[in-house]
Amino acid sequence: MSPEIGHFALVLGLALALVQSIVPIWGSRRGDAALMGTAPPVALGQFFFVALAFATLTHAYLVSDFSVENVFQNSHSTKPLIYKISGVWGNHEGSMVLWVLILTLFSALVALFGRNLPLTLKANVLAVQGWITAAFLLFILKTSNPFARITPAPMEGRDLNPLLQDVGLAIHPPLLYLGYVGFSMSFAFAVAALIDGKLDAAWARWVRPWTLVAWIFLTAGISMGSYWAYYELGWGGWWFWDPVENASLMPWLAGTALLHSAIVMEKREALKVWTVLLAILTFSLSLLGTFLVRSGVLTSVHAFAVDPERGVFILAILVAFIGGSLALYAWRAPTLKQGGLFAPVSREGALVLNNLFLTASCAAVLVGTLYPLALETLTGAKISVGPPFFNWTFGPLMVPLMIAMVFGPFLAWKRGDLLAVAQRLTLAFAAAILATLVAYAVTTGGPVMAPLFVGLAAYVIVGALLDIAERIQLFRAPAATSLARARGLPRSAWGAAIAHAGVGVMLLGIVGETAYKQETIVQMRPGDSVQVAGYDITLQGLVPVQGPNYRDLVARLTVREGGVDAGTLAPAKRVYTARAMPTTEAALKTRGVSQLYVSPGDASTDGSIALRFFYKPMVLLIWIGTLVMMLGGVLSLSDRRLRVGAPKPSARRAAAMQPAE
Amino acid sequence: MEGSLTIWLAIAAMTAAAIFAVLLPLSRTTHAAAAEMDVAVYKDQLAEIGRDAEAGLIGAAEAEAARVEVSRRLIAASERIAATAGEGATRRRRMVAVGAILVIPAIAAVAYGLKGQPGYSGQPLAERQRAEPAATDMAGLIARIEAHLAANPGDGRGWEVVAPVYLRLGRVPDAVRARSNALRILGATADREADLAEAQTLAAGGVVTAEAKAGFERARALGPGHPKAGYFIGLAAEQDGKPDEARALWGKLVAEAPAGAPWVALLQAEIARLGGTPPPAAAAAAPAAPVIPPEIRTMVDGLAARLAADGSDFEGWMRLVRSYVVLGEAAKAREAAANARQRFAGEADKIGRLDGLVSELGIGGT
Repeated sequence: MSPEIGHFALVLGLALALVQSIVPIWGSRRGDAALMGTAPPVALGQFFFVALAFATLTHAYLVSDFSVENVFQNSHSTKPLIYKISGVWGNHEGSMVLWVLILTLFSALVALFGRNLPLTLKANVLAVQGWITAAFLLFILKTSNPFARITPAPMEGRDLNPLLQDVGLAIHPPLLYLGYVGFSMSFAFAVAALIDGKLDAAWARWVRPWTLVAWIFLTAGISMGSYWAYYELGWGGWWFWDPVENASLMPWLAGTALLHSAIVMEKREALKVWTVLLAILTFSLSLLGTFLVRSGVLTSVHAFAVDPERGVFILAILVAFIGGSLALYAWRAPTLKQGGLFAPVSREGALVLNNLFLTASCAAVLVGTLYPLALETLTGAKISVGPPFFNWTFGPLMVPLMIAMVFGPFLAWKRGDLLAVAQRLTLAFAAAILATLVAYAVTTGGPVMAPLFVGLAAYVIVGALLDIAERIQLFRAPAATSLARARGLPRSAWGAAIAHAGVGVMLLGIVGETAYKQETIVQMRPGDSVQVAGYDITLQGLVPVQGPNYRDLVARLTVREGGVDAGTLAPAKRVYTARAMPTTEAALKTRGVSQLYVSPGDASTDGSIALRFFYKPMVLLIWIGTLVMMLGGVLSLSDRRLRVGAPKPSARRAAAMQPAE
Repeated sequence: MEGSLTIWLAIAAMTAAAIFAVLLPLSRTTHAAAAEMDVAVYKDQLAEIGRDAEAGLIGAAEAEAARVEVSRRLIAASERIAATAGEGATRRRRMVAVGAILVIPAIAAVAYGLKGQPGYSGQPLAERQRAEPAATDMAGLIARIEAHLAANPGDGRGWEVVAPVYLRLGRVPDAVRARSNALRILGATADREADLAEAQTLAAGGVVTAEAKAGFERARALGPGHPKAGYFIGLAAEQDGKPDEARALWGKLVAEAPAGAPWVALLQAEIARLGGTPPPAAAAAAPAAPVIPPEIRTMVDGLAARLAADGSDFEGWMRLVRSYVVLGEAAKAREAAANARQRFAGEADKIGRLDGLVSELGIGGT
C-alpha cells in the first residue's frame, strides 16, 4: 500500500470537511432538509478517509517504509511490534492524525446514532465539527505532513524516543485524545445551540453523555500518564505540576464543572448560559492543552520563535475557535431565556459552589502554567512555577470543595436544610474524627496536618457511601425493601456516589504517599545490604542483559521481610542503541496498596551503584481512586434515562411519589 | 509504470467516492421539509419512551414527564411545517451537486499537488532487502559490530571499522562517537584526528567548527601535507570569509601533491569555484579517469544521507550537486539538483542560484 494513498485520503478528508462546514449550515438557515441531510454521509465519508490515511501510516510503520520521513524519524526495523504501532502517534505528525481520526469518529457516531436529534440541531452540530476537522486537516497538510517522503529511502530509522517505548505510554495518548476530542462534542452542541438560539433541558441531556464519555477517557488518560511518569521516569513522584500535565488537568477540571452544571440545567432549566460558556471553555482548554504540548512552546519560547510556521498556525486556530465561539456567545447568549433564581442552600446551590471552586482551581492552574511562558516571551526571563505555587493555590481550593461535595447529594433541590443534612452526616464526621485519631496514633513523623487529611478522606468516602445508604434506607427499612430500593435507584445516583468515593480514595493515596513516604539513597556494592521500611534488601550483583533494541545493566536485589524471603527486585540502567540514549527502569514491589520502589543511579567504575529506595504507603490508592471515579462515570453513562433524553420528574412530583424522603 | 497506474486508479476511485458521499443524500427522491423530519424524530422519541416505560427501564413518572416535554416540542415543530415551504430547494440542491463535483477534485488536486509524489511507491524494508542484498549485509554487519563493541568497548579497531559505515547511513553523531573512541583508544595519528574532525564537521551540517578546526590543525601537525586536513582548514578559512587564504592553501597543496594524487581534481575544482586559477597538477600524467578517494566518497555519501533526512540546508544541496560533478556522476548530480529544485520551489532566488550552478557545471538539459 503506497503512502501516497494515505496522503491523498487526507486531502479528500479536508475537501469533505469543507463541504460539511458549509452545506448543512446553509440548509439549516434555509430550512432545507436535503442540504442538512448531506451532513451524516459526508461525516461518514470523512471518517472513512481519515481512517484510511491512519491505516496507511500504520502500515508504513509496520513494514518499516523509511521512504516516509515520519517513519524514518520515529521507527526502527528491530523495534517490537507494539512500539511500531505506538510509534505512529508517538510523534507530532502522527498524533495530530490520531486527533483528527478521533474527531471524525465522534462526528460519525453522531451521524450514525443521532437519530433522536432534531434535524437542524444535528446539521449544525456536524457543521461545527466540520469546522474543527477542516482546521486541523489544513494544519496537518500545511505544516505537519506525516506523508512527506525521502528520496532515496534510508536503510534504517532513527528509532522512537526510548522514554516513549512503554506499554503505558502506547495507550496513554489515544485515551487522552479521546478525552480532549470528546469535549469537542459539547462544544459543537453549545455553538449549534447559540446559532439556533434554542437551549432547553433536552439540550443538556444530549450534551451530558458526550461530556461524560470525554470525562471518563480524560480521567483514564491523566491517570495513566501519571502512573507512567511514576514508574518510567524513575524520579519516584507521581505528579510534577509539569506544564504538560497541567495541560490535561485544566480541561479535566472545566469538564468536571461542566458535567455538574449540566445536571442543574437538566433538572432545573437554570444555569443555561453558564453551561454553554463552560462547554466552550472546556473545549478551548482542550485545544490549548493539545497545542501547548504540540507547538513546541513548552520546550522553549526561543525555539518556537525560530520555527514559527507551526506555532503561528496553531495560534490562528486557537484565536479563531476560542475567539469566534466567545464572540458568538457574547452576541447570542443574551437572547437565551434564563432560568429562575434559586436559594443558596439547595442541591443546585451546592453544584454552583462546586463550579465556582472547580473553575477557580482551573484558573489557578492556567495562571501557573501560562505565566512563565508569558514572562519569557515579554522579558526573556526564564522562571519556573513549581509545586509550592500549585500546592498553595490548588490545595486550599480543593479542601472546601471536598467538604461541600459530601453535602451536595444530601441537599434537596430548590431548598435544602443544612442542619438536617449535617445530622444525617454524623456518621461521616465520626469516621473523619476516628480516622484522624488513628492516623495520629499509628504514624510517626510526617507533617502535623497529615492526619487531618486522612480524616478528610475518610469523611469523603463514608459520606459518599452514606448517600447510597440513606437513599435505600439501609438498616431503617427491612433488608428486602432496601435491596429493592437499591435496584430501583437510578444508575446515575450510584455513579455519582461511587465517583465521589473515588475522590476520597485518591485523596487517601495522595496523603499516604506525600506525608509518610520513606526515602534512602545508598551507594551499594554486590553483597551490601540496606534496611528500608522493615525490608532487608541485598544487592546480589550487576548483570548486563541484551534486549531487542537496548542494553540493560540490571541490579539484582533480593528482598527479605522479617528474615523471610520476599522476592527479588531488578531495576536497570538501560541504553537504547539507536539513539545511544540512557533511561532508568525502576523496579516496584507491591504489598497491598503500598509499594517498595527502587530507582538505579549510575554505576561507578569501582563496581558499586547508587540506588534510591522509596517506601510509598498507600500509593496505589491514587490510581485505584481514579479507577473508582471512572467506574462511577461508566455507571452514570449506562443510565438509560440519559440516552432516552427523559427528564427527571419535577420535584413536586418526586415528593409525591416518595413521601419517605 | 504498472505501479503508477494503480495509484492513479486508486486516486480516481477515492475522489469518486468522496463526491458520491455528497451526491447520495441529495439524490434521495423524497424530500421532507426539515420541520417534518423533526416531527418524525419526536414521534420516534415518544414511541421509544413508551417502549422503555413498558419494559420498566424508566419509571412511570419519568416517562410521563418525558412525554409532556417531547409533545411540547412536537407541537412546536408541527407549527413550523407550514412556515417553511420548500421554495428554491431544487436550485440549491443543484448548486451543491455541481459544487461538489467541481470543488472536491479541485481542492484535492491543489492540496495533493503541492507535496504529493504519486510516482513514488512505498518502500517496505523487507522488499528492499530482497532487492538489495548488500544493504541487508550492511545492516547485519552493523548489528554484529555493535554487539561486539557493546561487549568490548575497548576495541579501537572495531570503532574505526564501524565509523565510515555510520557515515554512509547518515548516523553522523554515532560516527563522531565511534571516531573519538578510536582516537582515544588507539592513540592520535594524522588520519584519526582528521577523520574525527571531518565527522564533527558533517555533524555540524558542513560547518568547520572551532573544535573540528583544532582537530584538523592537530592532524596537520602530526602529518604535514595531510590532504584532508589541508582541504578542511582551507574550507574553514573560506567559511570565515577569507577565500583568498583558502585559495592559497589549496594551491599550495596541489602544487606539492605527489604525482597522480587522486584528490587533486577536487581541489582544483574548489579553487576554480573561488574564482582562482588552479595550478597544474605536479605530474603531467594525471589519471584519465580520476580514482575517487574513499574519504571523499564517504563525505559525499554522508552529505547525501543528511540531506535526505533533512533537506532544508540549501547550501548543502549546492555542495552535493557540485561534489557529484567532481566525482563524475552527472546523473546523480542532476537528481540532486532536481530534488533541491522541488524542495525550494517557492524561493525564486535559490532556484536562480541553483540554475546558475547547473548551467555552470554543464549538467542542464534534465
